[in-house]
Amino acid sequence: MVFAENFRIAFSALQANKMRAILTTLGIIIGVAAVIAVVSIVQGLQFMATNVFEGVGATYMMILPKQDPQRSPGEVVHQVKLTWDDGKAIRSQVPGVRLITPVILGREQVKYRDRQHRPEALIGVNDDYQGVNNHTVDRGRFFSRIDLENRRKVAVVGPDVVEKLNLGSDPLGKEIYIGKYPATVIGVMEDKGQTLGQNLDDIVFIPFDSAVTLFGRSAGEQVQLRLQAESTDQVDAVRDGVTRVLRTRHHLAKGQADDFQVLIQDEILSQVTKFLSGVTAVIGGIVGIALLVGGIGIMNIMLVSVTERTREIGVRKAVGARRQDILVQFLIEAVTLSLVGGAIGLALGYGIGVLAAHLIPNWPPAHVPLWAVALAFGFSALVGIFFGIYPAGKAARLDPIEALRYE
Amino acid sequence: MPIIELRDVHKVYTMGTEKVHALNGVSLEIERGEYVAIMGSSGSGKSTLMNLIGCLDTPSSGSYHLNGIAVEQLDDTELAGIRNKEIGFVFQSFHLLPRTSALQNVELPLIYAGVTRSTRKERARHALERVGLADRMGHQPNELSGGQRQRVAVARALVNDPSILLADEPTGNLDSTTSEEIMRLFDELHQGGNTVILVTHEPDIANHAWRRIQLRDGKVLSDQPTDRVTVVHA
Repeated sequence: MVFAENFRIAFSALQANKMRAILTTLGIIIGVAAVIAVVSIVQGLQFMATNVFEGVGATYMMILPKQDPQRSPGEVVHQVKLTWDDGKAIRSQVPGVRLITPVILGREQVKYRDRQHRPEALIGVNDDYQGVNNHTVDRGRFFSRIDLENRRKVAVVGPDVVEKLNLGSDPLGKEIYIGKYPATVIGVMEDKGQTLGQNLDDIVFIPFDSAVTLFGRSAGEQVQLRLQAESTDQVDAVRDGVTRVLRTRHHLAKGQADDFQVLIQDEILSQVTKFLSGVTAVIGGIVGIALLVGGIGIMNIMLVSVTERTREIGVRKAVGARRQDILVQFLIEAVTLSLVGGAIGLALGYGIGVLAAHLIPNWPPAHVPLWAVALAFGFSALVGIFFGIYPAGKAARLDPIEALRYE
Repeated sequence: MPIIELRDVHKVYTMGTEKVHALNGVSLEIERGEYVAIMGSSGSGKSTLMNLIGCLDTPSSGSYHLNGIAVEQLDDTELAGIRNKEIGFVFQSFHLLPRTSALQNVELPLIYAGVTRSTRKERARHALERVGLADRMGHQPNELSGGQRQRVAVARALVNDPSILLADEPTGNLDSTTSEEIMRLFDELHQGGNTVILVTHEPDIANHAWRRIQLRDGKVLSDQPTDRVTVVHA
């Protein structure tokens, strides 16, 4: 039995009942659309995350203050501190630290003449930041040690800030206001685009001490420290060193938990991945149910189709169709039905992904990997075969005499 | 060697708890090129006999040789192959596939015979020309008259060069004029060398055949030449 012939039969049978075919495959369409939409969004995120952290390299490390989660209820909340003095101690006492910068994150209005803008982040760092985060100036220069030591009122801005404040083609040397403090623009950062929902181009950098002045003393006692180890071999040693130095400085007794956490690039990435796989798993479950429902829909309509076409089956058998010919014919029809649903769902899901990426600000562009397309079609075909086999078997087993007599 | 040879064929159906003896020891031979009418009232066993001859069913006991093949020993798949190669069915209600052109309907047996696409088209076209429908090949059944539909069905029966043409009340759904046309077509096919078996309860139709087999209660009541033979020989 020619395979192509079966496809022709399947298509003409589906064409004869277009509306019914579409309604039947709705379950598959929704299921596949959901898979593709979620995958396209999640993959976009994952793609971004991987890019970012691979950008900073495997020697990147982040130290954050951490409340002790084990503290007993009712205990007075002790303010956990992490300061730049801690950072300086790490720099001088831990071997293998190549670069280290404190980071204070905040938000503040910035002004230039009559233009106002509230950038996504105002970040206080030192001169090591460029190297630590692999994020460098494109024009002008970054802070120098002299800027920092002399507490110069300077700022480095992202390209979006230049545009928003209308700083023109030559922003260098222009005086902007950060809150009520004036600062001279000495550099413009390179174009980095958006990452994990954050626009890296809409940031204003100021020297660390200026940020402490701006955000207050308490901000200076709760900083992040970011560093680059000299090599990947030294990452573990550096982490141990950091832990030792900080425990001593924070007077933590033996058995007391760390009041800080050291994250290395792998862990940050694996946390992001863990979160994203969690999302994928939940959606996967929902999709599984949608495909199950879709499959039952297909089985149902195929049973109706077999009953409706009992005489056709009888005729085919009378002129020489074998059981397997009929079986294959109806299986192909079921698979075609589910594959058409899969294709529509794929297009729809990708559309949703693209739309979502456009509508949600700072969302990475949708990205559908080939495996997801293959998976969508594979699952559709599998659903078609699984739920088509019973009706097709029923058709194949029909007695030709009975089938021909069927009214 | 006869093309059809039935020896003491019995067919027993079980309807609920009761056993129905549809055929009670039928023996007959049909030679190549014969034109036979099988007659009988409803319940006489003629439908059962037709199903057996058409290899849609197998006897409960007795033997059936079609073109030398012992049909009673074949399994389902082999029976399908025999139907495809040896039998050309024509049914009372045409049994054409809807939404399918005349040409594609006629191609159907060739698809299951595994004939290549181009040969299939050519043979189907030729079969339609033989039944006088050269200008209706692209039409779907609902665009054809009853007589034309039955001609398409005859073309489908002929297309794979079967040993026998087996027509079950071929004019049952047609008016008298069209019936005559279709019967003339069968006459022509018989003259062309085909073995034709008509299953009917209408004497007028049966009179086109040269030999009439009358069934009653699952047995052959009579088996004799028709008036036609007398007319021809007189």
